[in-house]
Amino acid sequence: MSGRFLSRVFFAALALFLALPLVVIAGVALNEKKTLAFPPQGLSADWYLQIFTDDAWRAALVHSVLIAASSALISVAIAAPLAWFLWRRVAPWARIVQVLGLSPFILPPVITALGALSFWATIGLYGQPWTVVISHGIFFVSLPLVTITLGFATIDREIIEAGTTMGADDRTLLKTIVFPLIRPYLISGFAFAFVLSLNEYIVAYMTIGFTLETIPIKIFNALRYGYTPTMASVSVFFVLVAVTVFGLVARFGDLPKLLGAWDEGER
Amino acid sequence: MRRTPPEKPADYLPIAFPAAMLGLFFVVPFAIMVAISFFERVQGGFYQPAFTLANYGRFLSAFFGEILVFSLFLAALVSAVCLVLGVPFTYLLTKLSRRVQVAWLIGLLGVLSLSEVIIGFAWSTLLSRTAGISNLFVALGLMQQPRAWTPGFAAVMTGLVYQAFPYTVLVLYPAFSRLDPSLGEAARTLGASPLRAFLTVIVPALRKTLIATFIIVFIFALGAYLLPQILGRPQHWTLSVLVTDQAIYQSNMPFAAAMAVFLVIASLVLVLLANMINRREPAS
Repeated sequence: MSGRFLSRVFFAALALFLALPLVVIAGVALNEKKTLAFPPQGLSADWYLQIFTDDAWRAALVHSVLIAASSALISVAIAAPLAWFLWRRVAPWARIVQVLGLSPFILPPVITALGALSFWATIGLYGQPWTVVISHGIFFVSLPLVTITLGFATIDREIIEAGTTMGADDRTLLKTIVFPLIRPYLISGFAFAFVLSLNEYIVAYMTIGFTLETIPIKIFNALRYGYTPTMASVSVFFVLVAVTVFGLVARFGDLPKLLGAWDEGER
Repeated sequence: MRRTPPEKPADYLPIAFPAAMLGLFFVVPFAIMVAISFFERVQGGFYQPAFTLANYGRFLSAFFGEILVFSLFLAALVSAVCLVLGVPFTYLLTKLSRRVQVAWLIGLLGVLSLSEVIIGFAWSTLLSRTAGISNLFVALGLMQQPRAWTPGFAAVMTGLVYQAFPYTVLVLYPAFSRLDPSLGEAARTLGASPLRAFLTVIVPALRKTLIATFIIVFIFALGAYLLPQILGRPQHWTLSVLVTDQAIYQSNMPFAAAMAVFLVIASLVLVLLANMINRREPAS
């Protein structure tokens, strides 16, 4: 009994630790005047509306969403055929490509960022807005690669065998069996890459930091050159976006399984 | 269906695009960065091709040595704290109902995906004098007057643990959720208290996973590039912060590149170590 009570206290304390900074910034964003006081002095939703009404913040939001959506597409476009090839073919050397796809996420991000900066500066394209789309696409390949590989691992090869026996070629199998089975993993891989790209700062800063503002870059600049409650409200907005996206992934997919837990039946 | 080796050239098509993209936009940039680490800096913020070891030579300075030792110490401390909190947490989490697990996982992913900018900003607000938590303590009569807890070492630690804790749990989660539940039950049946069963049966059973996780979280903490800058003083800067600072603000790309190469080598050695430790463990 006391053990259960203790573990409740432990969970509550960790929940508080994780939530507290977010509660405070949600609060300071409610201030009536341009101050980061907490508890807020006077209540106003203006700073939350500013995300959409203020031209500079709205532009940063649009940039962030466009970059995230297109770079997540690139990540999936790289990860999907790679995962398919690894599942379909015996080719030990293909493991090298797989390791390359996984490494940006394991290595410290500053390395990918500096690599991107060196690359785009060397070929003379540094600062072009689209360069960050490609660099983010590469940086986040790891996520769809992990989820899609997991998706392939769940396909019962006997189903494919049955399809082959009945005369289906690779293309038909892909369209009728493989694709529908891995679709949830494609979507969740996209979702993970999308949310992380939205929040990514260092690669974005080292590729387009001086030409274009994304939300994280704009928050950082506000941190250096002048606080405004909008940076708090937009942070809260981003937390909500992340929780919504992961909530949807959990609603339409199997989140524990996506994160590496076995199904009950597989035990 | 059996996996078959690729035979016709067309069989290689699916991997051609991923290989080309990763080669061009990951391997080539990396190679350029390595090359730049041997280049010479030119006044005015540029660099020119050369072959010099001077950038690596700067590693031998006391300044760099201090930063390196501090970075490693900080990452190890963060990783240790995260494991001490994360191991019992993950173990208890996998015992809960699926609904509760999913809710926690969504929350953890939400925090994990947060930008370092946002985490840094949120904690600097929470620990500040004007809007911070000390005001709450004053209101409760626990403190005389509000004070600022940032910048400082404790603030850097708190921010880094905040960022790395969800990561730790998600790295531990597969191992704990696959752990045979009868293991703990057997210990309980034999009369061990839950705490004792956890410490003497569960933790030893996952020893290698825990060591590997320590290394993975260590690398993660080593990668923090903003939190030490936002929440700490210059003496709390880490290698990652220094790389950014040299590249952007000091315009010394060759030195930044040399440090990044060093960071890659250190991380790779650690990853290989973690893999080696993990591989020798049969699936529990």
